[in-house]
Amino acid sequence: MAARRSRIPATKYPVERFTLDNGLRVVLTPDRSAPVIGVAVVYDVGIRSEPEGRTGFAHLFEHLMFQGSENLEKLAHFRHVQGAGGTFNGSTHLDYTDYFETLPSNALERALFLEADRMRGPRLTEENLRNQVDVVKEEIRVNVLNRPYGGFPWLTLPPVLFDTFPNAHDGYGSFVDLESATVADAADFFRRYYASGNAVLAVGGDIDVAEATTLIERHFGDVPARPAPQRPDFTEPDLTEERRTSYTDQLAPLPAVAGAWRVPDPITDFAAYLPYVVLAEVLTDGDASRLVERLVQRDRAVTSLGGYVGFMGDPFDVRDPTALLLQAHLPPGGDVDKVLRTIDEELDRLATDGVAEGELARTQARMATHLLRDTDAVLGRALQMAVLEQQRGDPGLLNDLPRLVGEVTDEQVRAAAATLRPERRASIEVIPGGNR
Amino acid sequence: MTTATAPAAPRALPPLGPTRRLKLPRQAERTLGNGLTVIAVRRPAVPLVEVRLWMPFGRAHLARGAMLAQTLLSGTRTMSGVRIAAELQKVGGGLSAGIDPDRLMLSGAALVTGLDRMLEILAEVLTDASYPNDEVATERDRLVDRIQVARSQPGHLARTALLRRVYGTHPYAVQTPEAETVRAVRPAVLRTLHAQRVHPADAVLVLVGDVQPERALDAAEKALSGWNGAGHTADLPPAPPLEPGPLLLVDRPGSVQSSLRMALPGVPRTHPDHAALQLANLIFGGYFSSRWIENIREDKGYTYGGHSVVEHSVAGSVLVAAVDVATEVTGPALLETTYELGRLATVAPREDELEQARQYALGTLQLGMSTQAGLASLTSAYAGSGLRLEFLAEHAARLAKATVADVAEAAARYLAPAGAVTVVLGDAERIGSQLATLAPVTTEPARP
Repeated sequence: MAARRSRIPATKYPVERFTLDNGLRVVLTPDRSAPVIGVAVVYDVGIRSEPEGRTGFAHLFEHLMFQGSENLEKLAHFRHVQGAGGTFNGSTHLDYTDYFETLPSNALERALFLEADRMRGPRLTEENLRNQVDVVKEEIRVNVLNRPYGGFPWLTLPPVLFDTFPNAHDGYGSFVDLESATVADAADFFRRYYASGNAVLAVGGDIDVAEATTLIERHFGDVPARPAPQRPDFTEPDLTEERRTSYTDQLAPLPAVAGAWRVPDPITDFAAYLPYVVLAEVLTDGDASRLVERLVQRDRAVTSLGGYVGFMGDPFDVRDPTALLLQAHLPPGGDVDKVLRTIDEELDRLATDGVAEGELARTQARMATHLLRDTDAVLGRALQMAVLEQQRGDPGLLNDLPRLVGEVTDEQVRAAAATLRPERRASIEVIPGGNR
Repeated sequence: MTTATAPAAPRALPPLGPTRRLKLPRQAERTLGNGLTVIAVRRPAVPLVEVRLWMPFGRAHLARGAMLAQTLLSGTRTMSGVRIAAELQKVGGGLSAGIDPDRLMLSGAALVTGLDRMLEILAEVLTDASYPNDEVATERDRLVDRIQVARSQPGHLARTALLRRVYGTHPYAVQTPEAETVRAVRPAVLRTLHAQRVHPADAVLVLVGDVQPERALDAAEKALSGWNGAGHTADLPPAPPLEPGPLLLVDRPGSVQSSLRMALPGVPRTHPDHAALQLANLIFGGYFSSRWIENIREDKGYTYGGHSVVEHSVAGSVLVAAVDVATEVTGPALLETTYELGRLATVAPREDELEQARQYALGTLQLGMSTQAGLASLTSAYAGSGLRLEFLAEHAARLAKATVADVAEAAARYLAPAGAVTVVLGDAERIGSQLATLAPVTTEPARP
């Protein structure tokens, strides 16, 4: 009897695309079911583009984009968004930096004004720069230095897997580099990367397309035209032999390990890439997944386990080179070698025998739920469509992802598993130094 | 200067359009014969359904309660834990269990076509969870590991110290069990606790998503009416009033930041001061554009972020302000925090500050209702304190009406720094004297 299989549902989010004369690409996705909107501006620059000696600069610059702009004093951006009933944020990724707000829909024009104003130019002052260097240092302390497993593995594993500065360096940055940053650096970074031709604006939610188009032209139309810079080639050769390293985390009470394997190019070879995204879930999504069942339940060799594609868990908004990651926390005295060996054994078994009856279908159904849930908020939809437009010229792909994930075959998953060999693996072990 | 371009004329901030009225989604409610309340809410944006089951669980034994939540989904007489997870996955579903001193909660989401199956599995777990020996042993070790990791986190340690200081002998005072007590929990004890406490009387099931509410209620009734109504509930004593005293300094040698936590009196959602207190709290530190954050982050760079929020529990409400600051500015950060609390408690806020906070409070109500997961969590939290979504509209009306005088009065009553219970976790050697300048200090070691 064939396994019972849930039909994978699809969304039909509408997509309107156009480009302003200054090169700004725009994506609109109306949904009038609730009186709220999401506005996202994505610039095609991220951690990989920051210069040597300026680690952490892309993220520091993201902070500076909130410090006032042509017509806005410091603090004004926050007050205008929140005073309209909205929330805001920004985030810096490997390949892009996003700025976004979600608000009641009567604030549409205000949000467009705010984003256009800083696209024309942030107020880059020495005082604001020093203030935000202090803030970013506290961000690094709270997220990395003052807690166990800080930066594990997203900051600690790339330098094992990669050799070149863009891919390997610490994207949060060293305190020395952050303190060395100057206003001139910031002005230069803005001029190079924050060009209208290097940005995508996406608006989702309770909008009328014609009205929104008029407002976008009104506010963004006279942003000076500047072309996108040439994106450097960040490719690196794959590993040819295993790499393994370790470090002591003074605050960590338990051992941990993470491993990564390179995967196909997410943009130019999407069909070959997608099976790895599915494989990560087959291995680690929930108590019925391969590695959780084996390592957590059966062997009791690890206490928790996760797996995903992309160092920031971002399979559909990252470019090459990227990786499939597995990470595990071990019980006291746990044996990292044994965990890695077991993972190899399970990958072998999967590559040889394939998935069990129904195993792939249920994983795909669960992935559909996760994908759909991520698009429920209009802001999430706008952000994802903005990045899909920027990296692929295809924001509508968002509607197709659950189906495409569902079309990945057993054979493709097996083939993907077969490539995750120990000799292509980079791994890092956390040796607990705390509570001992 | 003949070639310079004229400075661009300043551009004016566009005004806001007309406010859209708060519109509640379509919903239905039914109390089943076994006492279970079911609330179904329609929000069809994505073809999913969110599930939240809130079960009162006050006064449960701490380690046993934690282990029950950890193993509730570990198996039934006919299904293993792996099988339960796989069956849920088939319909795109997943469930997780969590516990706090008020309630046991099962929550999850699935493809909406899987609602019936999800409810079937939920019913089987509720009526037939078997706490298998092997799985309980595994999960016991995992819980002990998790507690150990939690206790290496400064945020957890600071919170633990604050709760102990705020609640004294109340059941809320200790919310994480000791490893030793977890190790002592046996499967038979979990089966007994389940029989005593996992029952539908006073429980609330919330279903939100692409459902027809009446049909969702029918599905819930069909799946869950066989869940047994027997068992007992336990009422929590009211939370004690705050007892301000010396600042408690919890020593964490080598800490590169200090975790400052302040508790102030709060009121429940239904209290006449609730809306005014919410607005006062926003003006103080409840959002980014608050006095506190603009001061200690955007002006002084002491912190990445802080937050102040009124936390509602069944036995009482409390306002907690939390911020992590650089070790070397711990004293100055406490000074600014006390200053901003004191300033709002003694001098009325400006009209424009109140308007900005009011718009934020009203707008974020709309945002919170605009997703299935947001609506589900809100509906469930409200239902846990005996409220329904209609309360949102009443609350919005109170927010809209609150005056500067109301907010000033609430600030004077609740935000006065003299009424605060303060805990700082950090490197005592480096921050002890900074803090002692500002307040009497008692020091104790962090309890790992």
